[in-house]
Amino acid sequence: MAIVVNKEKCKGCTLCMKNCPFEAITMENKLAVIGSACTGCGQCVESCPFGAISKTEEAVAGAVDISLYHNVWVFAEQREGKLMGVSIELLGEGRKLADAIGCQLCAILCGDNVAGLADELFEYGAEKVYLAEAPELATYTADAYTKAIMEAIEAYKPEIVLLGATHIGRDLGPCLAVQCNTGLTADCTKLEIDPETKGIMQTRPAFGGNLMATIVCPHHRPQMSTVRPGVMDKAERVAGRKGELIRLTPSYTEGDIRQKVLEVIKNVGETVSLTDAKVIVAGGAGLGNPEGFELLKKLADRLGGTIGASRAAVDSGWIDHSYQVGQTGTTVKPKIYFACGISGAIQHLAGMQNSDIIVAINKNESAPIFEVADYGIVGDLYKVIPAILDILG
Amino acid sequence: MKIIVCAKQVPDTNIIKIDPVKGTLIRDGVPSILNPDDANALEAALELKEQVPGSTVSVVSMGPPQACAMLRECMAMGADNAYLLSSRAFGGADTCATSTTIATGIKKIGDYDIIFAGRQAIDGDTAQVGPQVALRLGLPEVTYVQKIREFKEHSVVVERQMEDGYEVVEVTTPCVLTCVKELNTPRYMSIGGIEEAYNKEITIWDEHDVQLDPSECGLQASPTQVMRSFTPAPKGKGEMLSGTVAEMAATLVKKLDEKHAL
Repeated sequence: MAIVVNKEKCKGCTLCMKNCPFEAITMENKLAVIGSACTGCGQCVESCPFGAISKTEEAVAGAVDISLYHNVWVFAEQREGKLMGVSIELLGEGRKLADAIGCQLCAILCGDNVAGLADELFEYGAEKVYLAEAPELATYTADAYTKAIMEAIEAYKPEIVLLGATHIGRDLGPCLAVQCNTGLTADCTKLEIDPETKGIMQTRPAFGGNLMATIVCPHHRPQMSTVRPGVMDKAERVAGRKGELIRLTPSYTEGDIRQKVLEVIKNVGETVSLTDAKVIVAGGAGLGNPEGFELLKKLADRLGGTIGASRAAVDSGWIDHSYQVGQTGTTVKPKIYFACGISGAIQHLAGMQNSDIIVAINKNESAPIFEVADYGIVGDLYKVIPAILDILG
Repeated sequence: MKIIVCAKQVPDTNIIKIDPVKGTLIRDGVPSILNPDDANALEAALELKEQVPGSTVSVVSMGPPQACAMLRECMAMGADNAYLLSSRAFGGADTCATSTTIATGIKKIGDYDIIFAGRQAIDGDTAQVGPQVALRLGLPEVTYVQKIREFKEHSVVVERQMEDGYEVVEVTTPCVLTCVKELNTPRYMSIGGIEEAYNKEITIWDEHDVQLDPSECGLQASPTQVMRSFTPAPKGKGEMLSGTVAEMAATLVKKLDEKHAL
């Protein structure tokens, strides 16, 4: 969809220029000119008071016969023989999409000796599980997984493929999309089916969360999305539910797999599971020092939760990046999110604003975090948190 | 060694604000910068160049002519050459089309031993173009590189950041590595470097220079399309608690308890 300016209607008011997030519009002879930085986001269309800017459909190269593609696939990501939580969330979301289209929900599972997980996937609602087992698939590598899944996509032609936006899904997705010559929409926060076209409408934050964009992939298949962990609701598990198992036969020859995982190293100490936490007590620059997290941890422990951090706290070296909540960290939606000494940059808000209840504690009463907080306390967190702990007993 | 770095000029999304009344982005005064992860990619390239005398570092980017400012910055940091793929025909490209254009540009640059890119750009946050360039060049890739351990004759050993730790991965070269901020601390431009950067040429190529048909780039080669875009509705402002610290703490606990959140 290209952006075009109607030269008859354009008055040269420059409003579109100011509204363009990508500085793609310039003025020539008092007329707006769309430059090559244009992404087709359409902000200018809405900003023009004269209706001079519109979007047009353009012929797209490489379109496929979309009627050949059926069913919703979920990449069932496993690590060390255990399904990732996001895969179950994708089955939950995939079920809604499959029902809206009127097709089957399937899972594709890769690994070595992971057939047992297929039963789990059936219980979470997969009607079919495509299983690729090989020693080369035991630990993820881009080359091995791309080859196995590509062969399955070519043979069975899914119309939608969903992957978790994990460090694995965000590596695998782009590889598959190039091989299929199709589009991939990263880090979606909302997926819907267009009732007319039955195509998927994928909404994602762009521009550091300042802008939301709904992306479509009308002429290419499969339509592919990655979805951030913690955004969608988990599928319901029905014990004993069965489905159809389809075994794939991946095979590899010398030179097929060019990456080799020599070692897998886990962070020592407690593992951080921000996505599953019911309560998160997060700290930011306002803590002033790394010891502040000890106080936050007391509150988190009392409420059965975990601690989190803003990028500012992570960048200061006070805490490991695995605790980071936000656009470049983890997306969370706990029952209660305590934002302590966090000003509330848009990138941070993007990762936590879907929490059920947000409590903000900040010295600065004009901190943006108060704009999204259900309960705001202006005060020194080093006094407020001990007071809360006192009352909780 | 011949080292290539993929870089992008981006608006500094950290300082963009939303107009609270109109709900539109306020762009005034927002500078365009070298994408942060790409600065780490360039730093990795420059460190490698220092280790292997005789190496050259070439930076390649796709974008409007203004992106030359970012490429000069890269040269002032120490890059030897800069290439900008710029044409109206490249406009409206999604990651699929962008990766084709950049890969074609890299092919035209010629020989390379290793390609560094940032993990993702802060304006789109997709993390797709790096691995997609690799696939289009037929190269292996490793994303989320947080440490480079060792260069061997035909491979490189890196640490790949994971959510809960990291993996040690050996990958054959030439390859594409996408870099995260933990990899290094990008250097500043030097005074001498800034002077030199203004005496160097930036090579600008359009679709004819890299022999791409208009149907292979830009909007026409983009499977995904933006159907609509909007500024997210802010969550309504809640209640500001008042009183002494002890009173506010008590009110908060009572309210949370009423909502069965505790």
